[in-house]
Amino acid sequence: MRYERPETIDQATSLLAGAKGKAFVLAGGTDLLVRMKGDDFEAGLVVDIKSISGMRDIAETDEGFVIGAGVPCAALNEHAALHAAWPGVVEAANLIGSTQIQGRCTVSGNLCNASPAADSVPAMVAAGAQAKVSGPKGTRMVPVVDIPLAPGKTSLEKGEMIEAIVLPKRPARAGDAYLRFIPRTEMDIAVVGVGVNLTLGSDGTVETAHVALGAVGPKVVVAEAAAKTLVGTKLEDTALATLAAACSAASSPIDDKRGTVAFRKDVAGVLARRAARIAYDRAGEK
Amino acid sequence: MASIAVSTTINGDEVDFICQPDESLLDVLRNRLGLMGAKEGCGTGDCGACSTMVDGRLVCSCLVLGAEVEGTKVETIEGMAEGGDLHPLQQKFIENAALQCGICTPGFLIAAKALLDQNPNPTETEIRFWLAGNLCRCTGYDKIVRAVQDAAAEMRGETA
Repeated sequence: MRYERPETIDQATSLLAGAKGKAFVLAGGTDLLVRMKGDDFEAGLVVDIKSISGMRDIAETDEGFVIGAGVPCAALNEHAALHAAWPGVVEAANLIGSTQIQGRCTVSGNLCNASPAADSVPAMVAAGAQAKVSGPKGTRMVPVVDIPLAPGKTSLEKGEMIEAIVLPKRPARAGDAYLRFIPRTEMDIAVVGVGVNLTLGSDGTVETAHVALGAVGPKVVVAEAAAKTLVGTKLEDTALATLAAACSAASSPIDDKRGTVAFRKDVAGVLARRAARIAYDRAGEK
Repeated sequence: MASIAVSTTINGDEVDFICQPDESLLDVLRNRLGLMGAKEGCGTGDCGACSTMVDGRLVCSCLVLGAEVEGTKVETIEGMAEGGDLHPLQQKFIENAALQCGICTPGFLIAAKALLDQNPNPTETEIRFWLAGNLCRCTGYDKIVRAVQDAAAEMRGETA
């Protein structure tokens, strides 16, 4: 295995594109280094991207918040403006692992690991986040939802890497939230995760709604029909009941040791209701 | 595999070492630099026994490559006491008997210090959540939490 620490994106993508055998991007390493210790792990090349300019920075630009691919999740919580604008995304990212893992793990890595239960992904998808993907052919913006394809598989082509995650600017009266169910109080893998992102009109009516579900399908589920049921409501009890039923219907989970199909579908509805309430209250405060 | 030459700072001292590209920082500390305080419990980032600071961030050194610490500042348990003077956390761990076998202790101390450096007056809940990535299989958690609270109080200048 070769270890490289390029200083530009072009060098990194050239290395990745030219690699013989398997090549891996090293950001926080909290998934990659665990895999490296496995007996069946083989890598020709590991490209540490953290010395590339901007990789460890959160920038507030005209596009919104640009989170470099090497930014540890702990740093998201320390960025006051990001936390104020996207509390749901930040909370979701901060649910990943322990304090020690937070010091290294990244949302780009969480996305590229392509686990169906990744906590930050439903929150980012509900937020309409985009991945800035760089490769030998240049840079393209890809909706976060289109990066994972299936467990452990992404749509990134050989030589491509995520350079940053871009969260859009926030209008007034907007709020988001992420909730997950785990059987413990912390440090566990989501049995179900739900991200909700709302914007309200001046009278408190929901104008736009986005809902994304985690761990209830092979990849993050965009619950578009469920989200639409919220538009025009003020989250009355009937609206929340409709949302919950629609989220349960949108879930297609598997049975495993963490939960049954019936349990997961039910919990998807319960969490959607609760997350929608939190997002709504946050939006009303702005 | 080609060896990599790394220059870094460990506990304030400039250190150069050679490592393999797939060698963890934990293995470098223990096997190449003779710093045996950080322990390998799980090797997968679950137990916190290898907790180390890199550029001011608490990390599991088993999940960091040695090659990654080029140009960084690394702090280990060996740098916690100043000469013969124990850090208040170390002293309070002894006074509260917050250790039995001791394998987890360096990791708890490093993690607890990182907490108190940014939050001098944490609640019990904050201490327990912060230390959730440090496992003690002798199950001395209550004494550990009390030791951290005592040390925090002393560092705030509140002890009698």
